[in-house]
Amino acid sequence: MIFRLNPSTGLPMYLQLMEQIRHAVETGALKAGDQLPTIRSMAEDLVMNPNTVVRAYRELQHEGIIELKHGSGAFVSESVGSRARVTKRAQTVVQSTLDRLADLGLTEDEIRRLFENELAQHRAGKASGGKNE
Amino acid sequence: MSDWVIQARGLQKSFKGQPALTGLNLEVPAGSIFGFLGRNGAGKTTTIRLLMGFLKPDGGDARVFGMPAGDSAAGIEIRRRLGFVTEDKDLYPYMTVEQIIRFTRSFFPTWRVDSEKRYLKLFDLPPSRKISDLSKGMRSKLMLLLGISHGAELLILDEPTEGLDPVAVDDMLRELVSISATGGTTIFFSSHQLEEVEQIADRVCIIDHGAAVVTGSLDDLKTQYQRLRVVLGAELRTPVQWGDGAEHVRQDGRTVDILASRNVEAIINQARSLPGASVERFPVTLKEIFLEHVRSN
Repeated sequence: MIFRLNPSTGLPMYLQLMEQIRHAVETGALKAGDQLPTIRSMAEDLVMNPNTVVRAYRELQHEGIIELKHGSGAFVSESVGSRARVTKRAQTVVQSTLDRLADLGLTEDEIRRLFENELAQHRAGKASGGKNE
Repeated sequence: MSDWVIQARGLQKSFKGQPALTGLNLEVPAGSIFGFLGRNGAGKTTTIRLLMGFLKPDGGDARVFGMPAGDSAAGIEIRRRLGFVTEDKDLYPYMTVEQIIRFTRSFFPTWRVDSEKRYLKLFDLPPSRKISDLSKGMRSKLMLLLGISHGAELLILDEPTEGLDPVAVDDMLRELVSISATGGTTIFFSSHQLEEVEQIADRVCIIDHGAAVVTGSLDDLKTQYQRLRVVLGAELRTPVQWGDGAEHVRQDGRTVDILASRNVEAIINQARSLPGASVERFPVTLKEIFLEHVRSN
């Protein structure tokens, strides 16, 4: 498994690492039960801070994507199989939506902005809906 | 022992009436790789000399391993437990590599021969060559070898990559990561090379005119700082009073550029409430954070 991070994009390094591991799991490059590199070898290979690797692993554990077993390392969770299938289904939905948007003549940037705006509205709607104003 | 390996409060120091440090606060947690950033003359080296006990502060307090750095008895104990790699690399120039290693070893009962042998080979240091005949990069590596091999709990490095070529810089960064990952050694290094700090540090402090202007976890800073680009439906008649955290706002016609240092979500909501507004957010690099704070000072 090869990971590659870019320290000077402004994106936090632990988020970059999480994203790449998540992607590897979603595409099946990493399968349920697979072992991830140790914190030390991940830090040394990518020349990054070991505490940052720890942070990424902890957050992924929190998301249920990996399991940290004391003394033996980090493993891809057994439950990610079903998650990968859901992602696969979602992918086809996104693909057909993208095709339709492209047919309308929208550029990539326009599509991205639309998605981001809608996501933000969605988030704001959820936040205010829960407050019972 | 406290969790802070280095702790400074309100540190002040002047030279001939010229202030070098003007109330510096610094907290370096155990096991971190801590990047100490600033322009030339910002006070980095003065801070390190105070931590090493080479200088006494005019005011404030500096502690290393919880002990007062300015105290001469504590200073001996502090220097026994740390390794120091300095910019001026003032080793004894007439000694050979082998002689300086033997000389240094005699002061430290905790000396690790395995580490000495490993780094001598890894760094490709010629044992019989005189220190005066070593390149800058080799001298840095030799100092690093001495620091690591005496089993230091803390490495203080003053601009360790200054004057090194890109390959030597990469070697140095790899070694620092490896030392941190293997033994949990705390690493405190000063630099004005933002890319290398961004690559290996988990915590940073930006110092300017003798005081800390930004400090914290690097990933947290990158989460808090965002650049927002707002495109409005129509040009505004009256300027917007942006909320707390909008550090730098530029407006040109219908577009507004905002550098936010915190409360990003609140500022985005504020922007979205303007008629016809669309908002894009961009990540902010350490360089942008650095320039924003050092320039505005």
